This record gives sequence, C-alpha cells and structure tokens, in this order.
Amino acid sequence: MAESDRGPQTGRFPIGIPGADLRTEERPLPPGEPPPWPPNAELKVVGKPTRRVDGLAKVTGRALYTSDVKPPGMLWARRLCSPHAHARITAIDSSAAERHSGFRGVELLDRPIGQAHLRDPKQELHSRFPVLRYVGQPIGAVAAVSPAAAEEIRALVRVEYEVLPFTIDLARAQEASAPIVYPGPVDMGGSAGGGGAASGLGMNGNVRGPSRSARGDVAKGLAEAEVVVEGEFRTQVQTHSALETHGVVAHWKRDGLTVWASTQGTASVQDELAATLGLPKANIRVITEYMGGGFGAKFGAGSYGLLAALLSRKTGAPVRLMLDRAEEHQSAGNRPATTQTLRVGAKRDGTLTAIQLRSVGTAGVATGAGVGSFAERMYACPSFSSEQYDVFVHAGPGTAFRAPGFPPGAFGLEQVMDELAERLGMDPLALRERIDTQVESGALARREQRRIGAEKFGWSRRRPPGSERGPVKRGLGVAQAFWPRHVSLESSCEVRLGRDGKVELRSGVQDIGTGTRTVLAQTVGEELGVPAGEVTIRIGDTLFPRGPNSGGSVTTASITPAARNAAAEVKRQLLELAAPKLRATPAELAAEGGFVYVRSSPARRLPLSRAARLMKAGALTAVAKRTPDYAPPPGAAVVKGYGGVQFVEVAVDTDTGLVRVERVVAVHDCGRPMNPLGVESQVNGGILQGLSYALYEERRLDPHTGRMVNPNLESYKILGPREVPRIEVHLIEDYRGRSSTDAGGIGEPAIVPTAAALANAIYNAIGVRMRELPMTPARVLAALATGGRKAAPR
Amino acid sequence: MSREDEAAGDESGRVEGAGERPQPRTNDPADPRSWAWRTTRREFFSYTALGAAAAAAAARARAAPAPAEARSALGPGAVPVVLWVNGARHRLELEPRATLAEALRLNLGLTGTKIGCDRGACSACTVLLDGEPVSSCMTFALDVGTRKVTTIEGLAEGDRLHPLQEAFVAHDALQCGFCTPGMVLSCAALLVRNPNPTLDDVKAATSGNLCRCGTYPKVFAATLAAASTRRAGR
Repeated sequence: MAESDRGPQTGRFPIGIPGADLRTEERPLPPGEPPPWPPNAELKVVGKPTRRVDGLAKVTGRALYTSDVKPPGMLWARRLCSPHAHARITAIDSSAAERHSGFRGVELLDRPIGQAHLRDPKQELHSRFPVLRYVGQPIGAVAAVSPAAAEEIRALVRVEYEVLPFTIDLARAQEASAPIVYPGPVDMGGSAGGGGAASGLGMNGNVRGPSRSARGDVAKGLAEAEVVVEGEFRTQVQTHSALETHGVVAHWKRDGLTVWASTQGTASVQDELAATLGLPKANIRVITEYMGGGFGAKFGAGSYGLLAALLSRKTGAPVRLMLDRAEEHQSAGNRPATTQTLRVGAKRDGTLTAIQLRSVGTAGVATGAGVGSFAERMYACPSFSSEQYDVFVHAGPGTAFRAPGFPPGAFGLEQVMDELAERLGMDPLALRERIDTQVESGALARREQRRIGAEKFGWSRRRPPGSERGPVKRGLGVAQAFWPRHVSLESSCEVRLGRDGKVELRSGVQDIGTGTRTVLAQTVGEELGVPAGEVTIRIGDTLFPRGPNSGGSVTTASITPAARNAAAEVKRQLLELAAPKLRATPAELAAEGGFVYVRSSPARRLPLSRAARLMKAGALTAVAKRTPDYAPPPGAAVVKGYGGVQFVEVAVDTDTGLVRVERVVAVHDCGRPMNPLGVESQVNGGILQGLSYALYEERRLDPHTGRMVNPNLESYKILGPREVPRIEVHLIEDYRGRSSTDAGGIGEPAIVPTAAALANAIYNAIGVRMRELPMTPARVLAALATGGRKAAPR
Repeated sequence: MSREDEAAGDESGRVEGAGERPQPRTNDPADPRSWAWRTTRREFFSYTALGAAAAAAAARARAAPAPAEARSALGPGAVPVVLWVNGARHRLELEPRATLAEALRLNLGLTGTKIGCDRGACSACTVLLDGEPVSSCMTFALDVGTRKVTTIEGLAEGDRLHPLQEAFVAHDALQCGFCTPGMVLSCAALLVRNPNPTLDDVKAATSGNLCRCGTYPKVFAATLAAASTRRAGR
C-alpha cells in the first residue's frame, strides 16, 4: 500500500476512558494499517445506536434458519440414542426398520463423538460398537421420507445391550469402589468457545488431574494474613437450552458436500467434517444464514453433522438431522457442576496476602469442569495456588458455556470478597478499590464502573446485613466481572464496491444473534461514508473468506478490523479513481455521507455511485485478514481483558424462601462499543441468563437410571418474562489502541458476575450466605434454618 | 401425554363411543361430510387412536369384517384439510396427526413459525387463531376448523409492517430471532385485547414465550412503545 512505502508510520490514537482519562497518543502504526479512528463521538456510523440490519428479516419470519431449510427431496433423520447410562451394545438389528416403506437409510457411529477419548485406545472395553457412557449418547441415525416416518423407523431398530454399572454422583464417583467411566487416562480438547482441559494429566479412577497453577508462596501468605476467609461453593449443571436445537441439513453431491448448520462456527464445521470424512475443505461448503442461539455449545459438526453427511452420501438426497429438545438437554453440552473451596488471606487494610483454590467438578463424560482463572487473575495478590480436578460420571458431556468456568469462579471468589469486606469492617466497594489493581485484567475500567454504578444504583442506601424488619427483606449486592480478551487471526473479509455503487461485505463469519452483521455494516459504512443500512452483508458461508468461530467474545474484536482494513483498501482504490475527475490527489479526498469530496473544498464532490461508475472492472474488491493486535508502546497500560461491575437489588421472602430480583445496574466495557444498542441487548442477555442460572436452572438426573428427569422446557426452568427485573445498562468506552477498530467483546463478561452479585444481595437481605446454586426457595429456607453454616441438602 | 389421552383407546384399537358419531371425511366447511367444529381433544384422540392402531388392526380388519364405523375412520393416511392462513384458503392433504405447526412449516412453507420444544413449553410456535394466540405445536391442523390462522408472515399488511414489527426493530427487541415470531404474535394479540397495557400486562401476555438470549426487557419496551404509538394515532 502507498502508506507503507513511506517507512514507519504513526497514528494519533484515542487512549483511555471518556469522562475519566481520555487522551490522544501518538503511537506507531503497523505497516498497511489504516489511521486510527477518533473516539465514537467523532464518528458518523460506528458507535451510534444502530438498528439490526437483519431485524426486518427476523420480525417478518423471512429469516431462514437451519431448521427451516428444506431442499427438494430432503429426507428426515433421527438419531438412535442410548437409554442406558453405561452399556455395551451386543447386537443391532435394523431389518424391521428397513422394511418400513418410509425407510431410506441407517448409519451407525464407529466412535463416540463430543466426549473424552482414551489416550491409549487399546484400553477400551472389548466391544463391537462404541461403549455407551451416558443416557442419550448417540449410536446412529435413520433417514426417512417424513418426520413421522423417521420417528417410527427409529423405534423399529432393535438394539440389544449389556448393561454395566454406572454412577452419576460427583462424590460417589471419587470413591475407590465407584463404577469406572473410562478404563484408562483420557484427554479432550476444548472448542473455540473454551471448555476442555489441559492434555496429559494423570488419572486415578474417575478423578483426572489436578490441573495446577501457582505464583508466590501461599503458605507464607496465609501465615502473614491477619484475616482468613474460607468457603465452599457448589454449582449445578446448566444446559444451554438455545431455542433452536443443534443440527444440520447435509447434501452430499458429486462435486462436494453442502451443509446448512446451526453453528457458532462455519469454519469449525468445515474443519471437522474435512478431518472426519477425509474430504478437502474446498469440497465442503457450510452455510449458516441465521441460527437460533448457541451460547458455547455449537461448534464443530457433532454426531448429527457426521451422521447426516453419511446418510446423504448413502441416499443421494439432502438429509436433515436436528435434535429434539430432550436430546438437546441430554447430549448437546452443558455447563459442568463444580464444588470449589476458597481460602483467602488479607491484612487488616484489605491487602490480599494469599488466595488458595481447590475445585472438583464434573463435565460428565467430558473434561473441562474447572472454575477458570477468575480467582487467579482478578485481584492483586502476591501468592496464589489452585488445583482443579475433573471427575468423570456417566452423564452427558459438558462443553463451553458462555464464559466457561468464570460464573462459578466468580460465585465463589466474589462472595469470599464480600465476606472479607464484612470481616474487615470495609465497604465491599472500598475493598475492591484497594485490591482491584490488575490493569491487565481490566482494573482501569472497573474503577470507573464502580464509581458510575454506585451512583446510578444508589449504593449508599445499603444497610447492614439482615437489618430490614418484617418477613420480606431487601438487600443490595455487588460483584465484578473479568473476561480475558481473545482474538482470532483466522478472520477474513472481502469488501466490494460495485460499479452500481453498491457496497457489499462477504465473510464466512456467522451472526449468532449478537449483531455481527450490523457491526460489520457499520464498520464498512464508516470507512466508505455510507449508512450501515446501505451495506449488504453476506456472511455465514464458507465460500467467502474464512471467518472466526464465535466463542469467547472474539467475534467483534476479530472480524471488524479485517472488515475495516478491506474497506480502507477499497476506499484507497476509489479515491485514486476519483482523483483525476475531482482534479485533486487521492490524499486530498475523503469519502463521507455518500460522496467522495475534496477535503479543502467539500463542494467539489462526486456521489459515490457516480465515482463507482468510473471503474472499468465490475467491482473494486479487497480481501483483508485480521492482523495481530498492535503492540503497546513501552510503559503503556496493557489491558488483556474486559471488566464489568453489576449491582443487584433483591427482595427475599423469609417465610417462603422466594427470591425476587427487583433491579440490576450493570456497567460494562468492551473496548470501542461498535453498536451500543446491540451491546446493551447482550448485557441484558448475560444478566438474565445469569439470574436464570442463579435461581432456577438445574439438570436433574435420576440416580436409579441416570436419565434426565427434566429434559424439556417446562420442568427445566429457564427465566421467563415475569422474572425479569428492571435492568439498567451503562457502557463505558475503553480505548486501548489495539486494532484498526479497537473493538472488544461483551457476550461473556456480561454473565460472569451476575450470580455472585445476587448471592451477595441475598446475604445483605437475610444475613445468611448462599453457597450453592440454584438458590431455590428450599435452599434459602434451609440456609435460614442453619444460619448458612453448611451447604443445604440437595 | 395426559392421562386422558392415554385412555383414548385400548390395545385392540377399539375406541369407546367412536361409532356413535357421524364419521367426517374432511374439515372443509363447504363439505357436507365435514367435521363438527371444535372437536374436543378427547374426541380427536378417539379418531387418531383408531388410526394409530391401524397397523395392528389392519390384519384383523382383513381377517374379519370391521365395524362400518372403523372403516370410515380418519387416518392414518392423509385426509383433505382446508386451512385459512393469512387470508388465503389452502386445501391440504394431511395425516390426522399433523400439528398446525407442521402443516404451516412443511406443507405451506411458512417457516416463520418456529418449533423450539414441540410440546407447548416455549411458545416459539405461537400463531393466532381468530386473533387468539395458541401454540401451533399443540394444535392439530384438523382441529383448526374455520378459524383464521395468522402467522408472522401474515402480520404485516403488504409492505406495511405491523407497528409491533417496527417497534421490535427500533428497540432491538430481538437477538438470535428464533423466539421473535412467537413473541411478536403474543404481543400483537395483547394489543388487540388491551390497547393500553401496563408493563405487567406485557409480562403476563408473553409469560409463556421463552427467549434464551434474554431480550425480554426490549420486548416490553417495544410493545409499550407500539401501544403508545397506536394511541397517538401515528
């Protein structure tokens, strides 16, 4: 590019937080990068509350989801799943199924998918078919001419089992005599959304690990402490319960495989199918135009993707395989259950001396049941140690779930900090002022967020715990968020300006409901000087340049810089084209408000559509790939995460145990907020999913059969409209000069502190600490009865 | 299934009382042999239980003459059905077990109606029957009768969006969008029966509609805004 020819460049970057310490800094600009944008206040499109560009499609029912796709001749597939928690298949007879007039095909899995695998496959139990280790484990699938025929045919496949002993109980599974889930050491990678656990850890029976982390000397830190606070905290299994279940429509044709997938990563589906089926990636096209929610569970092809592809290859027809709600709950992932013990030492002034963490959790037949690095990274503390164990039980596999590990981690640590503040006679916010100094973990933003939040919320109204009279007691609580910043460099876009003046962006990236289309339209619109609504966004198709998988709050931070850089290159070409016509040099021109004009004399201008007609080819195009985050200059604050502070006001009925959340004030940051309207929606969503986790949701398994007793949406309770409190969301802009958009993510941080803030508010209301989720009326009453000294019975 | 449903037929396929009523061939109101409208759920299951047991009963039926009423029972194969959807009359061939959601999605291609749970717990499949919101996954297509079906595709008048659709977009009352059609229709029905809803009214009207993205606050705001726009006559 022209700029890069002139040697090292610098740019004037906005750095800091408006209203606090916003300033402009001259910093090096890596070659080929466009000049930094000023703060949002000085931009025209980016940073403005912007309607979703796909809002119309969604409110009219025109948006086509994977479950709506129906190519001509499509067959309907259903999976066969294990009815047993632990079993060997001794025989499968599909002859009766094959005689059904609607039968078109059957395929069996030759290995388990989506669970841990034995490091040494030879250690597997002797079995002709994959060993079944949880109720709902997929065995295979049938394809039929109609949904009803598929149901009937599935029931006609006769499977014979040798039932083996099982356990679903976290405590029992750790005993030496417990039924063993895996007959040898196992490993399992995470997904793009997180989850999984370190490879190569040792195993003893069903216990894997520990995974350890340490700094400083915890024994010394505890010895030096003037106050030590300890607590044990338990969290339950939560299922993702996206309204659209997992699934695909797969069509295997001679020239390749096309898969419509309800996924958070078109790339992840393509990668997995290519690896499993031995096809070149170029022969696999994955399409995700609209998808009905993921929350971390929808990565890769899954058993359904593989089975549908195989059935399509066998039958020559497109095959639809979507899970039903019960399968979704049982086999499509969950947030693992955890039990953690925390010990925190501090000086009288609140300074921390030691944090010690031990967690034991279960992700069923998967790994990744830890509580994350929240306790390790959140607060300044010279010593830290953690050991985290995975315990296998015969239950459905855990997967990444919105901020894997962090909501349980915060539920523990933020309650311990609340308790520490009380023991020290400090206000919980004052304690945070002292210990929340880890700049890398977002401390700068949180300091401002505490100030704003305390004022908006009226934190000064807070009274000592349990001081309200009468049976219904109100309380106020606070907790803080941190989520590490992740960026996927596998993020590419193509931007095109057609000869007709139409602007289009193409990328494989998918919009999982977070508003990716809209921020892309804003980004390109800002650069080329057109409104977001005039940019056509074509995404969710692997025919386009590869996009990032959407997990861990990476998407906006990853893809918008690529979009801006591609648009900037198209603009460069456009200005070059228009310069002779406007009798100026390209450097004297700008594109804004639908015109290309001379900066010094804005009346000399061309409408974008006229300028576009100057091109000889059909379109000006540019493809850009995400470049690494800019290196901060020496001495600059390095921020590697996002913050957030949430305040909760609650009313607890001490006669019934009912908890009613009345109000939540949430103050968050996500770098440069691209579309405040969409960010606000995601924060609402994080809070409500967090409250739902804290109060209502729990996967319940029958101890006698291992079956889930609530695999539906009427007895698996997720928060509904009547449980919605008043929510106020405040965003701060946090400019750190990290990329050409300096955008960040918000999906994960918004859920991290919610359960903890609510628990702290309940404590403030009733003077009793809730140490186990969900905080049901029964548990509240039990805690009141025992004074919160021990975790309530299940 | 409820106990009532399970009691609808015994293993032999015999259904008590099934022969006591005239056997309809279609639900077309123009057809003299049409259904008696508003068949009860129990009555409906009486018919379908006959159908569902047909596989087993078929052999017996061939061996011995079946009672006349059983021969004329509906199903299990497709039967003609007439549905009024979004102002248009559709003649369909549907198995008696087909739900309204299936008929809309599979036979009419109206995929704006979503299926989230297929058992009436999430309301993603909400449509209006004569203006009343119902779960179309829990409504048999044959039970619709002459009632007019409005789906999300039929809410706008031509290119003019329903004020609620406008308000949902303006207030960002949608994220992944999968619950949105049902949510909009529940709110549309509310505004007809109560043009001046309070926040609690909106919460009650949407209380069955689950949204996993947590968009509820904006659904409330959009619905209240649409109501006030209507009151102002804009």
